[in-house]
Amino acid sequence: MSRIFETPLYPYARSPDQDAKGPVRRPVAVVGAGPVGLAAAIDLVQHGVPVVVLDENDKVSWGSRAICFAKRPLEILDRLGCGDPMVDKGVVWNQGKVFFRDRQVYAFDLLPESGHKRPAFINLQQYHFEKFLVDRVRALQAEGRPIELRGGSKVVVIRRQDDGVQLTVDTPDGPYRLDCDWLIACDGAGSPIRTMLGLDFVGRIFEDNFLIADVVMEDSPDFPVERRFWFDPPFNPGQSALLHKQPDHVWRIDLQLGWDIDKREEAKPEKVIPRLKAFLGEDAKFEIEWISIYTFQCRRMPKFRHGRVIFAGDAAHQVSPFGARGANSGLQDTDNLAWKLALVLSGRAPDSLLDSYDAERIHGADENILNSTRSTDFITPKSEASRLFRDAVLDLSEHFPAFRPMVNSGRLSVPCTYDGSPLNGPDHPAMPARTRPGAPAVDAPIPGGWLIDRLGGGFQLLTVDADAPDRLDADGIPVTRLALSTAADDGLLAERWLGAARSAVYLIRPDQHVAARWERYDEGEVLAAVAKATGRA
Amino acid sequence: MADLVTTPNIAGADDFYADLIAAHQGLTKAESDALNARLILILANHVGDRTALAQAIVAAKNAGRN
Repeated sequence: MSRIFETPLYPYARSPDQDAKGPVRRPVAVVGAGPVGLAAAIDLVQHGVPVVVLDENDKVSWGSRAICFAKRPLEILDRLGCGDPMVDKGVVWNQGKVFFRDRQVYAFDLLPESGHKRPAFINLQQYHFEKFLVDRVRALQAEGRPIELRGGSKVVVIRRQDDGVQLTVDTPDGPYRLDCDWLIACDGAGSPIRTMLGLDFVGRIFEDNFLIADVVMEDSPDFPVERRFWFDPPFNPGQSALLHKQPDHVWRIDLQLGWDIDKREEAKPEKVIPRLKAFLGEDAKFEIEWISIYTFQCRRMPKFRHGRVIFAGDAAHQVSPFGARGANSGLQDTDNLAWKLALVLSGRAPDSLLDSYDAERIHGADENILNSTRSTDFITPKSEASRLFRDAVLDLSEHFPAFRPMVNSGRLSVPCTYDGSPLNGPDHPAMPARTRPGAPAVDAPIPGGWLIDRLGGGFQLLTVDADAPDRLDADGIPVTRLALSTAADDGLLAERWLGAARSAVYLIRPDQHVAARWERYDEGEVLAAVAKATGRA
Repeated sequence: MADLVTTPNIAGADDFYADLIAAHQGLTKAESDALNARLILILANHVGDRTALAQAIVAAKNAGRN
């Protein structure tokens, strides 16, 4: 069987840039064609910015890797034009069980809030995810959009200048020079760009190894679609284990191995298969699709923006896998970056707007690092006292619901609210906290569809039971109005967007985050808020 | 947001103390430690107030210093 991650998707092809007389200059080069790099490129080209993606490989990622995608990234993917295939293919799940030693201590149902287009999570292999993004790139190319994906193209030299970046790209035909105004580095946790520039990546290393095995079980009635997590199970004493369903009868198994192991030895099938049988049962019929042994770190770069080089995703920050905060936060990075870079490139916002990318996404990274560090400390206690309390929480949670919120097998990714951002404008105290300035738009059903589908791409005024002009020019930046009324509403729009206010006017950013809000429209106030949200004030 | 109570607050303090010691009778060191951990968590949940809990942690740490 030929697997999707073994087939070249964007094989090397000679580019006219290689035969040009002098170095060709591009507005933006993205290094890395993983989920984050591809999302960055699609977002930029949708904002009208020509973009070249360089990757030393030519295939989607090897093995399933990231498998859990949260609601906010799915909304971002909708804006990028590829949410549907992801959600159609993905496995939607809400239920989970927690086990301690030989027994189940409790089961949970995430009971997703109603009135949202997208589910709380889907499970989807990273290779499918990347394939759908590549499909989207191909569709944009077919429309004639300037987006290029160059496989077999490895950046070997990078030179930073005040007004751009000079690259040397190695290919099967030899190296060539490529210059760009801006470079976005999405080249993963081991980022060669970061290393070539000698930039710091500091944080905490966790001394532990985990075995990931993705197994195909065609017939698996004993394992329903739910997340199962074991603390100190009989089949992996003193360690943890995770079982989660992916599409195509693939199951993710994650077994903690401890620190003092021989990694190469543990990855051999003769070692892995008995472990899996102890877990799945002696008679379980399975086929191994992918095996990996990993260790992890929680760390980030002190700054993500370095002049004309901007880091996103794992290249900028790294977390433990517990909580699915890696790829999910990388997509929020590019969501934040693309519109800002497009405004700067078109001369409608100052270069300093990009410093707000640092402020907002470092805030996001710190939130993710904090959550993922806490999960890791609960899953693998680092001291005797820590283990004592961890076990006490698990014992108590079997008998009393009070302690279940303390059980931490990963706090799953929730959208980041940019509280305190320099781009935030006025707030209104009577309106709901969840739609405050800095927050991502909260979806709600509206006549003919979903609110989230009507937002994003440019600046918008969302009015609820309020008057405002349909169109506004904010010093070269168009602002369009989306007028909604609570007259035909079933209560969700009012609950999520009005609160105790009688009417509301929201300024929404191109990334669907709230910039400012008022009870009534005031042109001066709105223009000032647009100026603030674009770094012009 | 209530302050931590640090003045006598348990009627029949001797009886409570006797109950606490009796609960540990016959337990190994490991069992006693686990009981204490469960007890702390149960009491913390009952208190609920984060201010009082934070003050309790500080008070317990400080009282252990010479």
